This record gives sequence, structure tokens and C-alpha cells, in this order.
Amino acid sequence: MIRRTNSNKKRSASPSHKGIGWEGAINTAGRLIPEDINGEKVTPFQGVGKFISEGRRFGHKIPSMANFPSDGNKLVASLKEALVKSGLKDGMTISSHHHFRNGDLIINHVFDIASELGIKGLRWFPSASFPCHEHLIQYLEDGTISHIEGSMNGPLGRFASEGKMSKVAVLRSHGGRYQAVQDGEVKIDIAIIGAACADPFGNANGLNGDSASGLLGFALADSQYADKVIVVTDNMVEFPCVPWQIQGNYVDYTVKVDKVGIPEKIISGTTRITKSPDRLLIAEMTAKFCEAAGIIRDGFSFQTGAGGTSLAVSDYFAKIMREKGIKARFARGGSNKYLVQMLEEGLVDYILDGQTFDLDGVRSMRDNPNHVWTSPFTSYNFHGKGNFAQLVDVVILGATEVDVNFNANVVTHSDGYLLHGIGGWQNCLFSKTVILPLPLFRDRIPVITDEVTTLCGPGELIDVIVTERGIAINPLRKDLLEKVEGSGLPLKTIEQLKEEAEAICGKPQKPELSDKIIAAIKWVDGTVIDVVRQVKREAPPNLP
Amino acid sequence: MNASAGNRGDKIRSDCWVSVELTNSGGLDVRIKSKVERLFGKEIEQQIKDICGFFEIENAVVEVEDKGALKWVIAARLEAAIRKVKKIDSGFLFPSVNSNADYHPDDVPRFSRLYIPGNSPKLMLNAGIYGAHGVILDLEDAVSPDKKAEAQILVRNALRSVDFYNTERMVRINQLPAGLKDLDFIVEHGVQLILIPKCEKAEDVVVVEERIKEISGDDNVIYLMPIIESALGVVNAFEIASASVSIVAVAIGLEDYTASIGAQRTDEGRESFYARSAVVNAARAAGVQPIDSVFSEFENMELLKANALNSKSLGFEGMGCIHPAQVKVVNEAFSPDEKEIEKARKIVEAYEDALEKGFGVVSLGTKMIDAPVVKRAQKIIDMVTKLK
Repeated sequence: MIRRTNSNKKRSASPSHKGIGWEGAINTAGRLIPEDINGEKVTPFQGVGKFISEGRRFGHKIPSMANFPSDGNKLVASLKEALVKSGLKDGMTISSHHHFRNGDLIINHVFDIASELGIKGLRWFPSASFPCHEHLIQYLEDGTISHIEGSMNGPLGRFASEGKMSKVAVLRSHGGRYQAVQDGEVKIDIAIIGAACADPFGNANGLNGDSASGLLGFALADSQYADKVIVVTDNMVEFPCVPWQIQGNYVDYTVKVDKVGIPEKIISGTTRITKSPDRLLIAEMTAKFCEAAGIIRDGFSFQTGAGGTSLAVSDYFAKIMREKGIKARFARGGSNKYLVQMLEEGLVDYILDGQTFDLDGVRSMRDNPNHVWTSPFTSYNFHGKGNFAQLVDVVILGATEVDVNFNANVVTHSDGYLLHGIGGWQNCLFSKTVILPLPLFRDRIPVITDEVTTLCGPGELIDVIVTERGIAINPLRKDLLEKVEGSGLPLKTIEQLKEEAEAICGKPQKPELSDKIIAAIKWVDGTVIDVVRQVKREAPPNLP
Repeated sequence: MNASAGNRGDKIRSDCWVSVELTNSGGLDVRIKSKVERLFGKEIEQQIKDICGFFEIENAVVEVEDKGALKWVIAARLEAAIRKVKKIDSGFLFPSVNSNADYHPDDVPRFSRLYIPGNSPKLMLNAGIYGAHGVILDLEDAVSPDKKAEAQILVRNALRSVDFYNTERMVRINQLPAGLKDLDFIVEHGVQLILIPKCEKAEDVVVVEERIKEISGDDNVIYLMPIIESALGVVNAFEIASASVSIVAVAIGLEDYTASIGAQRTDEGRESFYARSAVVNAARAAGVQPIDSVFSEFENMELLKANALNSKSLGFEGMGCIHPAQVKVVNEAFSPDEKEIEKARKIVEAYEDALEKGFGVVSLGTKMIDAPVVKRAQKIIDMVTKLK
């Protein structure tokens, strides 16, 4: 398969724009980007695969065994003691992973301690945030936390969107986060690694214990590159804690607490096949498209997310595979019970898992050697010698908006509010075929637009949009067009879909945004592909 | 005077709630709370003002709680509220995307007809995409008595503004005589087929047909599908089925029927066997399609399939669907299967061959084929052509 090399909408950089309160230039994607963000110089997006980073990976100070307990017991009495011993002070960067999802009890506690100690200006660097972290808004308000670099889901996103965070948020993909840490773009002072199971030496995994979350891949970079690493668990076992997904050799301190997470909230609520007839229809059309395009063939590979529509796509895949006697070589997880069933039924040889969404996923990962835990390094890192995402035949992704050039947005809504993270989405765009199954409109808001509110993925990497009213194939993918012609699938152009959406909904007015930048969107190579601006203050009223 | 229409609350989507209070002075005071305020706030405000202008309302407080309702929904809610506080002569109409003049033969397949509650705009938006042969905007049982008036306007606007694609546009009116008033809101607005519930005699069909003619003359072809839902209706099934040339199908409604004979409805349907067969027989005798009732356990697709296949074996040509997920199962069950098609093709070929060769008798293999068998085979071939 030949990947397309560059955007058909190339624009040259233009002179700086004045009069908006900051200096900037238009990047290759046509977006106005400031020269610096939070005082650091910005490299604007230069096109897919165009920016080749030079220099060396980040190297921190060499630790010495002589400075650690001779019996390997790094246990300290409390999280507070661990933080103090790690030298917590103003302006530091604190990192955390999101394997506990909305059941995380650790990170709120960390910032409670920081506040109690009177620390200010911390940068929080999570792999993702969840609604449970709304607790941290008070610390963003009182200056304990200066800003967040990581996904901004729900309440935190709303807070940032209204310009209330004192610095600019920086959003990266899972692969981009690994890249930023590895390249020294973000230097982590203290990494907090919550784990379902650990030993006093610091070996840890997410497989065993009440707060089992499967794997700890999102904490890998943090363990390798942070200055100080603290492992926190409620299930401290005698050495060795195996398998050691996190290696104690990277760890400074270990802490035992009563509870690291709320198990029922660690398990994602999304892992159920949708019951919405519209979404089921879209999922079925997506699977039929893959069948017609010859993607579903013996030895193929796929990745679908854990959202209701994506799960339905896997389910339709499974039906087609059973009917035709087809086996997949591997499925890339987010694992869940449906994917595990396919593994156990022999429909797929391997699950390469990035995060487990339910207990079936955890069980399978623990017991089945063909259910493999991975990390953003192996799966997604752009500054590696390749990664697994590029080997996947077809990936099914979501988006809040797609424009007529197939550019897509996953972080903001059409009204300008920043409400979602990037996750692995950008990294998955490097798969061989990228399909976005989407409703043509949500309530009255068209999903296909003239221009996306925020650019997260360039159209050249997005191949197919499947809606309930028709399927649009990126004209760059002539091969796909040829394969599905005459299949009876309802093929339309992206412009036709856009017009249909506007005929139904009307054409929305542009939301009013201020000039102030509240977040930067990084591309997988560390360049800035777009920025998010503050919404005008008068927030939409909360309806009863 | 103050009145409201529409739906409000946490779970409401793609709908709105509108209240109108007529005042004596102060002009129009439009207060909008909308989920899509930033994208459509100005447009909604203008729309409210335009419609108030159309109804010659100069002084009023209009409140809107909008959950992403489309234009035709907002207009329907506002008009319904206005009608409660002011007598008006004619409704606020959008240009119609659907037309009664669309060519529309009377014997299209009607395997599946999807019921959509007449006061639920969210379910109407995508009603045409599931592959159902017909969509029924239901003014009868799916609408509570206090919402009947606003549902009439919503259904009218949906008929004009929603593209149902190739799905036959049907409306189930209320039981007569109330149903006659429903006709004013649908007859000239793109309805293609009207279901008349709880028919017990030919007269029930005749009054509807006459009222349709009063409204729009003889040229407007609107088909009728009486629904037989009682013991008396079953007794009069043939009389009903042949009451008008506009009738294209007769349906049976089993919930009410089983109650009317004092029985419980069961999955196997023994209690309704007689009635179903009687309706099939009457419809066939009158030359119209016999259509079965709905199957209400909408999550059990296996049972639905068995039910539909059983229904087909009794002679029915279709049944009702209460959930979009049922459509595919029902369509598949009523479609001729490959064996049937193959057999029909052979029979028709043998017949044509015999005609060509001037044989008086048609035979296939060692079997003689009668004229009705050829006719039935031809019907299956025609059906397959239509489904394509």
C-alpha cells in the first residue's frame, strides 16, 4: 500500500500576524500558530513526515545502586513522605497515567498534598484526565497547578475553554506523549505510577488486585525518563511482583495506600455494543465496506475502539469472518469482552493491547499468552524505528467533525469547547486504511463541515467517512474507490454529505472565539498543528 | 393567556419546548435557551420572530428551551402553542420536500412498516434510512391524549420537511370520529397511505375516503389500509377490505383483537389463528395485501423471525415493526427465498417455452403446471424485480 505523501492543501508560511495579541505564522495545514507557547519556542507543523527531528534522546542523571536501600526495600510510610523525599517544589512537572480512568484516587490526593505543603505552579502531565479530576479545578484556581499538558475531558476542558487556566494547555497523542518525554521536550520531575499490584522494590503491574486495570503501558515513558518515580499500590506483594510491567529498577520510592482506585469506575462504562439503530446501521455499513474493499481477508489486522459503534463494527467483522472462515492475524486493542471472545473463538491470533476496558480484558491478558500488553513506545511513537500502528490494515476511529478536505477534529466541539483528548487517534492515522464511522449530524449540529474547528488529523491520512446517509471515500484513495464500485454501497462525495447535513440542520453560524489561545494541539512529531482559542465568555446556559 | 407545547427535560434531544404568553404591549420578547445556542441562536430567534409575524402576533413573551430541534420541529412547537392562545386560519408551512404527485404504484411491497410515535421528532429524523417499506407516523396509540393536537402539527411538518427517501409515507389516524380531524393536517402534505384503526364496518372506510375527497378532490391518490382489531371487524373483514378502490392492504391488530375475544396474546398465537386466516382470506378475496400485526418483543430477533415466517406461511405479505432493528429481520422473512425464486423462475420459463412452442399444457419435469401456479410464480418474479 502506498501512503500519500503530502497535503493537497499546502500553503506557504506567511508573515507574522499582528494585532491579535501574539505573534504567529500560518503552518502547512493553513492554521495560525504562535511563535511560542508558555514561553517555549514552537515548531509549526510542516506536513506529514516532513519534520525530521535532530539531536539526541533525553538522558537523565545516572542513578547509583549505592544510593538506594541495600535490601531493595524502597517502601516509605506515606505518599506525602515520598513526595517530600522526591524534592517536590514549585514549578515542577508531575506526571501520571490514566489506567484507572474515572476511578483514579491517587492523583487528586497528590495535589491535595501539594496544596497542603503550599507548593505552587505545578505542571500536571497526565496521559489523560477524567471527570473525577474535576477536584483539581480548585488547585488550578489557587495556582497550585499552573496548567495541564494532557487530554482535557469534560469539566477541565470546559474550565480551560473559558480561559480560566493561567497557562496554555498542550494536548498530545499517546504516541506524542512518549515522543515528548523521550525527546526531552517535557522533563518529568516526579512520576506517580498507581498500580494494582507492586512489590517494595517497585516492580508493578496492572493485572492483580482489586484495582486491576490490565496493563501500565501509559506509565512506561514516565518510569524510564522521570527524575523521580513513585509507585503507589493498595496490593503490595513480596518481591517479585510478576510480570513486571513497570520495572523496579527505574523506581525511587514505593508507597502502600488503602485504595488506589474505585474498581467499578476503573472499568469503562463504554464497552457495550450500541443499541442505537442509527449507530448499528453505520457500524454495519462500515463492516460491509471493509468486506467489499477486500480488507477483511485471511491474516488481516484491525483496530476498533471501545465506543459503542466501534464495538458493533468488531461484532459485524466477527460475523463476516465466521461466515467466510477468515482469521485475523492480530487485533489491536483497547481490549474488551467482545475482542476477547474473538481471541478465544480463534477468530484472531493475537490481541496487541494498549489498554484494557473491562474485566474480561484483564483476565485474558493475565491468562492468555496471545493477549499481549504493549505501550505507546511499541505501538505509537513517531520517533522510533517504526511502530505497530502502521502495520494495522484497518482502523476504526471517531471524530467530532470532519471537513470537506477530510481533515478531522477530535478535541473540540463545533461550538469551540475543548472537551476531549487526542488519545491514540493521531497515531492510528498511520494505519493502512482509516475509517471514521460518524452520524451525519448530532442533534442539529452537522458533523461534516466546510472547515474543522480544530485540526487534529490531516485529511490526507483519513480515507473513508461512513455515515448513515452515505459513504465518502477520500479521492486520494482511488484504489478503494475502484474496489467498492458496483458493490451497492451508497457512495457519495464528501461535499454531497456536507450539503445533505446542511439541508437537514441549516448552516450553523461560526461560534465567537477570542484571540486568546487556551490549548495547543501537537502533531505526532512534536510540531504544532493547531491551537484552540478561548470561547467568548457568555457560556451556553445549562439547561435543566 | 399562556400556553406551551413540546417536550422538555434531561432526556429530550432533537426537540424543544415552547411557551407563548400574549401580552398587550412591549413587542416580542423572545427568550431562548438552546443547546446549540452558539451555532444556531440567532437563526432560532429570527425564526421565532418570523413565525410570530406570520400569525400576526406583535406582543408576546415567547420562551424556548431547545435541545437541538430542527427548524420544522421548532416551527411545529411554536405553532402548537400559538394555536392554544389564538384562533388561526392556516398553518405555517415549509416548502415540501415530498410530493403526493410522486409516482407510486398501489402494489409496492409492504413487508415492513415502521411505527414512529407522532410526537417524537428525534425518531422521525432517520425513519427513512432503515430500509423499511413504509414509515407510519402514528397519531393514535403512540400519542397521549393531551399531546394529540401538537402531534398533528408535528406530523404535518415532518411529512413536508423530512426526506423519508423511498419509504412509503404512512400516517395512522385516530379512531373515528376523532381521526377525521387528523386528515386536515396530513391529506395535502405528502401522506401516501392512511391507516384507519379499529375498523369494524365498511362505513368506517367510506367516511375517511369522503373526507379526503372533500379536502383535496379526486385527483389526490391516497391509499388506505384499514386495521381490523375486533371480533366484529373480523366478521366484516371482506366488507371492509372491499369498501373502497383506494384500499391497497388490510392489516390485523392483535393486541386489541385478543382482548376483544377475551383471550391472552401468546407467542405461538393460537388464539388469533382464526382471525389471521380470516383477514388473509378476506384481503385476498378483495384483491388487496393482507398485513400482519406487530411483534412487541423488540429485542428477541429469533422469536421475531419465527413469528414473521409463520405469518408469511399463513399468507400475509408483511407486518408492522415497532423498532428499527426489526426491519431487516422482517424484510428477510417476507422476501422470497432463493429456492422459491429458483422454482418460480423455472415455472415461468417452462410456461413461456410452452407458449412459444404452442403447447396447450405446461409441464415441468414430470409435473403438470396449472395456470394459478404460473401466476403465483410470476408474482414472485415481479416481487424480486421490485425489491431490486
